[in-house]
Amino acid sequence: MQWLPYVVAYAGIAVFLIAVIARFFMWARMPIHVRWELYPVAHDAKRARYGGSYFEESKWWTKPREVSLLGELKVMVPEILFLVALKEHNPKLWIRSLPFHFGLYLVVACTVLMLGTGVLGALSTSLLEGGFGTLLRGLIVATGAAGMCLAILGALGLLQRRLTEPGMSTFASGADLFNLVFFVVAFGVALVNFLLFDRDFSQTTSFTAGLVTGDFAAFSGAGGEAFLAVLTVVLLSVLVAYIPLTHMSHFVGKYFAYHAIRWNDKPLLRGDKGEAEVNKMLGQKVSWSAPHIKGEGKKTWVDVATEEFKKK
Amino acid sequence: MKQPKNVKDISQGDGPLSAVEIHDQIPLPPPFDKLEDEPAIRPLTQDARDKFVVVDDTIAVGIPKPKTKEEEEKLVNGFLDGLRKCFSVADNWTFLQPLMMSMEHCAKCQTCNEACHIYEESGHNELYRPTFRSEIVRRIYHKYIKKHSTWVHGDIDLNWKTVARLIELAYRCNLCRRCAQTCPIGVDNALLAREIRKVASQEMGIVPREIHDDGSVLQLKVGSSTGMNDIVVKDNVEFIDEDTAERTGIPIKTPWDVEGADILLLHNAGEIMAWPENPGAFATLFQAAGLSWTLSSDFAAYDGINYGVWYDDVQFARVAIKHAQAAARLGVKRIVLGECGHAHKALTVIADKVLTGGLKIPVESAFTVLHEIVKSGKVKFDKSRNDFPVTLHDPCNVVRLMGIVTPQREVIKAVVPEHRFREMAPHGCENYCCGGGSGFAIMSGRNFSDWRHHLTGRRKFRQILEAFQGEEMDKEHPKYVCAPCSNCKGQIRDIIKYYDAWEKAGISYGGLVELMVNAMVDAKPGFIDWEWH
Repeated sequence: MQWLPYVVAYAGIAVFLIAVIARFFMWARMPIHVRWELYPVAHDAKRARYGGSYFEESKWWTKPREVSLLGELKVMVPEILFLVALKEHNPKLWIRSLPFHFGLYLVVACTVLMLGTGVLGALSTSLLEGGFGTLLRGLIVATGAAGMCLAILGALGLLQRRLTEPGMSTFASGADLFNLVFFVVAFGVALVNFLLFDRDFSQTTSFTAGLVTGDFAAFSGAGGEAFLAVLTVVLLSVLVAYIPLTHMSHFVGKYFAYHAIRWNDKPLLRGDKGEAEVNKMLGQKVSWSAPHIKGEGKKTWVDVATEEFKKK
Repeated sequence: MKQPKNVKDISQGDGPLSAVEIHDQIPLPPPFDKLEDEPAIRPLTQDARDKFVVVDDTIAVGIPKPKTKEEEEKLVNGFLDGLRKCFSVADNWTFLQPLMMSMEHCAKCQTCNEACHIYEESGHNELYRPTFRSEIVRRIYHKYIKKHSTWVHGDIDLNWKTVARLIELAYRCNLCRRCAQTCPIGVDNALLAREIRKVASQEMGIVPREIHDDGSVLQLKVGSSTGMNDIVVKDNVEFIDEDTAERTGIPIKTPWDVEGADILLLHNAGEIMAWPENPGAFATLFQAAGLSWTLSSDFAAYDGINYGVWYDDVQFARVAIKHAQAAARLGVKRIVLGECGHAHKALTVIADKVLTGGLKIPVESAFTVLHEIVKSGKVKFDKSRNDFPVTLHDPCNVVRLMGIVTPQREVIKAVVPEHRFREMAPHGCENYCCGGGSGFAIMSGRNFSDWRHHLTGRRKFRQILEAFQGEEMDKEHPKYVCAPCSNCKGQIRDIIKYYDAWEKAGISYGGLVELMVNAMVDAKPGFIDWEWH
């Protein structure tokens, strides 16, 4: 049965990856839509700082459109790392949400470091000796412990806010509360495991390395210690699989919310390739039933849009 | 304050779910700072309450209460059918991705609430949270269309009251999208209000009369939502030319149907009817700058409005095509949009991915053309003629939704003494809606205009008053609100009248071109008529 936690972990990771990839492709493959941008648009190199656009120039279509990746990064990086929009518009939630999200980032960093340790160890154990190995192990403990603590604190804060803030409590569903409790429980069990048995993350690192190397070693220690380690793996694996199946998958959607909608200011000029895509959409048959349309699944968008009203 | 306790209240009981009393509201700045002196929202008549579905103090749509079980079911089933179509590529490719994004990812964090001027000015009435109507439509979608668990998405009862009140509630949002701007995830609750309007219009045929029958339908039947046909509009513009020439001393002749002109200027025809000095000022400036331009008397092309933007993609496309066809027929090089915010967004942004091929005529804002006129030096301005306090309203459609922020400010800089200009706070992309957005400025049935002044227009009035604090607040010291958008101008006109702000505080309003002509060296002084509203 020593392979059981490995199977659960693989399954959790597999579900996560499949769900994230599926979501990514779902958003990426959606049909063209009309423009619906909101300013400031971060990639407008000259004007993003005050919310301007290329429409500020006379005969804008004759001028080159400057798109700045750096401009996007200047907004995206602080937004992802520090949730600056929330800080600006909802500081009471931000002081709870920031530790939660930052805690998750640290846990992800810890996991990456453990996987790296596994790969390096598989290549040669000598790579993990000396100062570099000590630094790596120290970083794993620091990011892992801090990440779990912050995520738990943040989740508890968010739970408190969701239960007590009138606007949030009346809108909360059972799942909204469960999600936060799930984080608290999963990271709570992992934290207890760390505090009681795995203070140097050696067990967890060895397990994570085993996922890479295929060395499915059993958790060491007495019954309680091994049980807590397995429970930690199972809970975190289920959590990893669960996240992208819920609205918490907004980390995928958010990319499209910004790039495909909010910042999508790319004009469609005459002769552009996108015209064919628009024409394809205009050839779709509409079934809207109101008297002024009566599409009935027979008329195309072109048909209904060019119908003449009876003139007076 | 009467307000719903929970979104589930939407399907319960009879009568209004909320009421906003004047003492629930935040006092305005001086000299309007005494709540007890403010006019109250006139109550709905008993007859209206008996006949129509109500959700709050007013009625925008006027959905008759169903009389039979069949009528009740028709409302519910019609809404569900329409909502289903909203998620079909064929029926709703236009907004499918933005819609799905906003349906899937709302964290119900309520971050957007305080960005909403209506929620704020209502004294934080639950009904006006930007998330209130969105949460209802999300729950309906997940429970009744996707058959998802209510444990995950929340529960809601769907009956005729839910549907009728939800449609009414979709007309309690200006669609200014200020809420969307604050969402950390990118959810757009204003879009959901628009999609509810779309379901009601495109599937159920339920729309406020002012924006459909008297709006887009009239435009597509007669040529203009004002009811003007091509003969009448030409007559009116001829009169405007004469009147403007008399006021400025500069003879002008508005050109019509000039083939191959550089510019086809599209006015909101409401300007021709309600603010003739605006098209007159445009003609004066364009002529003085030596531009090659024309108006079109082609069907629907002398009225740049496109009310479909607010509620109906099909009506939107029909009008946009008419505008583009007229431009193509004349063979103009570009369409320039006059001072009309929703016309800007309609033809420049939204129609960008609707019109193709020969209908793809470049579209530009009048603000940039006016800025070019200033830069060219072909028209001389004397700033001292505008020696009065001026503040600038940023129309949402032009600024937050198109990013045109500086050209209008550069123009003001050229025609108004620097020390006389006061920015509103906040301004630019973070501006507040005038309160007339999404059709409200032309909706005044029953007591809707009262509700509009107290809830939607109050924040803008507050901003205007704040901008002018420190000035003498009387009629002897006139102050100018520059509102370069017909819809916004209509709303600001109405609120000035409602609060008697000209008589009590000397606050008047107008467009951008009026300020320019008022400062034109070659024109007789005094183009702005302060006493005329």
